[in-house]
Amino acid sequence: MIPLSWYLILAAALFCIGLYGVLARKNAVAILMGIELMLNAVNINLVAFWRYRTPEMIAGQAYAVMVFAVAAAEVAVGLALIISIYRRRSTIVADDIDMLKF
Amino acid sequence: MTPLQIIFLITSVGILGSALMVVTTRNLVHAALWLVVSLFGVAVLYVMLSAAFLAVAQVVIYIGAIAILMIFAIMLTRRVAKDSGPQTNPNWTWAVVVAAALFGGLTWLLSSWNGFSTPIPELSSRADPLSQLGQALVSPNAYVLPFEVASVLLLSALIGAIMVAWDRRSG
Amino acid sequence: MGDPITLIGKWLENLLYSWGLMPGVVSLIMAVIGVVVIASAVLVLDILLVWVERKVVARFQDRLGPNRVGPFGIIQPIADVIKLLIKEDILPIGADKIVYNLAPIMALGTVLLLWAVLPLSSTVYGTNLNVGVLYIVALGAISTLGIIMAGWASNNKYALLGAFRTVAQMVSYEVPLVIALLVPVILARSMGLTDIVEAQSIWFVFIAPIPALIVLITSIAELGRAPFDLIEAESEIVAGFHIEYTGMKFGLFYAGELLHALTVGGIIATLFLGGWRGPGAETYPILGIFYFFIKALFLYWVIMWIKYSLPRIRIDHMLNFNWKFLTPLSLVILIVMAIVDKIVPKTSMLVYSLVMLFVNVVVGWLTLQLLRRNAKSARMRVAEPKPVARPEPSPTAATSQTSSSSS
Repeated sequence: MIPLSWYLILAAALFCIGLYGVLARKNAVAILMGIELMLNAVNINLVAFWRYRTPEMIAGQAYAVMVFAVAAAEVAVGLALIISIYRRRSTIVADDIDMLKF
Repeated sequence: MTPLQIIFLITSVGILGSALMVVTTRNLVHAALWLVVSLFGVAVLYVMLSAAFLAVAQVVIYIGAIAILMIFAIMLTRRVAKDSGPQTNPNWTWAVVVAAALFGGLTWLLSSWNGFSTPIPELSSRADPLSQLGQALVSPNAYVLPFEVASVLLLSALIGAIMVAWDRRSG
Repeated sequence: MGDPITLIGKWLENLLYSWGLMPGVVSLIMAVIGVVVIASAVLVLDILLVWVERKVVARFQDRLGPNRVGPFGIIQPIADVIKLLIKEDILPIGADKIVYNLAPIMALGTVLLLWAVLPLSSTVYGTNLNVGVLYIVALGAISTLGIIMAGWASNNKYALLGAFRTVAQMVSYEVPLVIALLVPVILARSMGLTDIVEAQSIWFVFIAPIPALIVLITSIAELGRAPFDLIEAESEIVAGFHIEYTGMKFGLFYAGELLHALTVGGIIATLFLGGWRGPGAETYPILGIFYFFIKALFLYWVIMWIKYSLPRIRIDHMLNFNWKFLTPLSLVILIVMAIVDKIVPKTSMLVYSLVMLFVNVVVGWLTLQLLRRNAKSARMRVAEPKPVARPEPSPTAATSQTSSSSS
């Protein structure tokens, strides 16, 4: 039998790897990938809590579906921004995009 | 060790290993492909948690849409995404420290919680999580409002994405 | 009785139990045997499909097709396989080795995985997944990824162009496909393919002809077959994503494409043509397998018929057709059918089906009227006299014109 703790530790580790990616990577697309990993870690937690603590209420799965929708929206807008910036500045290195207006 | 535990361990090693490759590999297309592996492992976890719908939705949305979009964006911005040069910030060591501290803190916080090692409860045999989820997402007493708001968010995000990425010079 | 496959399964299970194995191990062994049997049967069928495809295309083009090796050339695919196996295996310079080699496996593997949910008869099926329809969509997404991997890893401009076209085509045609797939789900009240077949006492193609047509068109686009073969377009981007593949790696793509066409036929047969249903299929499940393959092969023939009759469409037409025609139509038909499904009671299946059919005919007629009006205005626009810049007539041009007109 797998106790809840295994899922929680796995999710925490995945979240931290994603956080490292967001903090350390230069490329904006790679930063988006880190965010995706973090969102997935959150989703694992939501579904694991649903299964282990409140299997009779469907709230955990419903929230996971919302997270899917938010993740899709975030990637669509994020990639559009990246492509738009690339077109004007020819760079997608996050450190070079340091002006409020250009 | 039961077979389920072995499957869980193999899956989690796969998820974490490929996630590490996502954040460390230099070639961005490889990073996106490792991301696919990692997300697929999460789908396997959903199956183990008897959330089959989420597992399949994970594959459709993350692999079918998000990962492919990312590969597409990487290919479009190819000139700067060369493998040469470091792919990390100069102060990446601080990122390692922050991530490791967060992991330690989370583990410490969770292990002091008394529900940490809850054993898995039996799903009642007539309960069907799939139809429950479907009912809950469209029932006025449950989550129809968040569900509709999420769809409006998605729609506005897509329109916004088109507006942002529109190249006005070429019309 | 009359179901040898279940009998063999039972006998094998008892044999394993008599050897004193644990129940878990026995069910594992049985599952592995089932997977191996279905996968090898499908792959053997795939070899036969090479012959079928070549023979049918020959007939469409008024040729004989392969007829030298064996009776009616039936051993020709074996010769093809041997030829592919002994060809040189080339890895292009600068190619990404692992991704390059993984792509053809994914192309064939995703197609094989589809057979896990297809019910071949009332007793013979891989698994009755309760999200079967979504599973099919998910595998389609993974096969798209395989094609992108092939295009990117080849380190070839044309292959990359093919991959770009793949993204544009497959991701956009997935939208009407998924919407139209929801219609049989609404009609059967389940996403499991076995339940959908059980619910078809009247075939869904008679209840919902427009969704069936949309699924057929979008599936052909997902297959990347003509008229939607822009992703490999020989005359534009020289075979697209599999330009660099040689030998058996190319063979895997080729086999995957043929098998995918048959599998799409099987999926449409399951969702709209009653799957294994037919006279006597309930009492003799082995007949169900026969009916299933008859229907699947008929749809495969329809797909080939379309492929060899229509020319390739242009890329902007392809996207316009999807976003301005198929997607709105599928949304309208889904909403209308869902509302009618709520209003009309399901007490009499015949009345219900007739109402649904009527609704479909009305929507189809309105669509045709709209198209006709659009075409008329487009023709008017084209026919309007436009100012044309004429060059000053020079004496040499005038003489050449008169000479050409006189001759």
